[in-house]
Amino acid sequence: MAQERAHEDGQQHPIKLYLVVWGWLFVLSTCSYLVDYFGLEGYLRWSLILLFMVVKAGLIVAIFMHMAWERLALMYAILVPPGAVLLFVAIMAFESDYTHFTRVTFFGMGNASAQNQTVEYQKSSGSER
Amino acid sequence: MTDSAPPNTLEARAHPGGWQGFAADWSSDQRAFKSATWGKAMIWIFLLSDTFIFSCFLLSYMTVRMSTTAPWPNPSEVFALTIAGRKIPLILIAIMTFILISSSGTMAMAVNFGYRRDRVKCAVLMLATAAFGASFVGMQAFEWTKLIMEGVRPWGNPWGAAQFGSCFFLITGFHGTHVTIGVIFLLIIARKVWRGDFDSGRRGFFTSRKGRYEIVETMGLYWHFVDLVWVFIFALFYLW
Repeated sequence: MAQERAHEDGQQHPIKLYLVVWGWLFVLSTCSYLVDYFGLEGYLRWSLILLFMVVKAGLIVAIFMHMAWERLALMYAILVPPGAVLLFVAIMAFESDYTHFTRVTFFGMGNASAQNQTVEYQKSSGSER
Repeated sequence: MTDSAPPNTLEARAHPGGWQGFAADWSSDQRAFKSATWGKAMIWIFLLSDTFIFSCFLLSYMTVRMSTTAPWPNPSEVFALTIAGRKIPLILIAIMTFILISSSGTMAMAVNFGYRRDRVKCAVLMLATAAFGASFVGMQAFEWTKLIMEGVRPWGNPWGAAQFGSCFFLITGFHGTHVTIGVIFLLIIARKVWRGDFDSGRRGFFTSRKGRYEIVETMGLYWHFVDLVWVFIFALFYLW
């Protein structure tokens, strides 16, 4: 019963905490916008974008969504399964790399030679009939 | 308790086997999430499933973008706006990002005031959140209109890889739908808070049950999630 009561009252944190997080989210968003504004390129761009993204996501989940104050049972139940997505990302990165490779090989082999091969294939299969 | 306990102990009777046991196990008073009510546990599990939906969208976007041989349209230029004769890259998206973050801030405070039983502040902050959300959807409608006028379609666009349009409409469309649903529910719950339903014990029109201030936090979790998804869309679709 006492526990039920505690749920009813919910979590109490000072408003200042939310304002500080709000401010940080603004700063981080500005930073990631500036990455684009100044046109940074290559690994620097990607690492900065991903860094700001992860920190923002972390702040929202931990503070705004109160995950930081939940018990481990809930944290793991919610935060571990998305890890499977990372595996999925890795699989699809390999897969799309391969697709890209085959496309470049076929489309970009010099169109002439690719077409010649197709024509030859059609000829040979035609002569068999 | 010893290992060699005979089957007909209190323990065994408390946990019957077969269908009876199956039903008993799922209906019995067992709680995995001690710090969360069923409402909070269920909204988190819903959000987890939603995470997978958006993950699949972003994953398919990654896959087509990595595998296409056509050049990908540069989002920095596609989403640029000309303001006062000057072309500013991605400015509308930046404004939308700040609006959504602000709405998350007001929502977080609304949850706090809800638990303090401060009806008026809670309702006003929820209405502010809804207003931010509605303006976000409005800007998105503007952005869609602009792109459609410029010839972007799910099957092609003037600047490069045809997959750009389908990814854009799918991802932002689904996110916009989430925001719209959020705004509708924010208005419904703000009304209930304003009227004092959770103090007077007035029964809900749909569930016929008494509500609790916890619904404000449930609403907040959904809303923060919408903001969270935007963080990923902003980084991976617009900035990448």
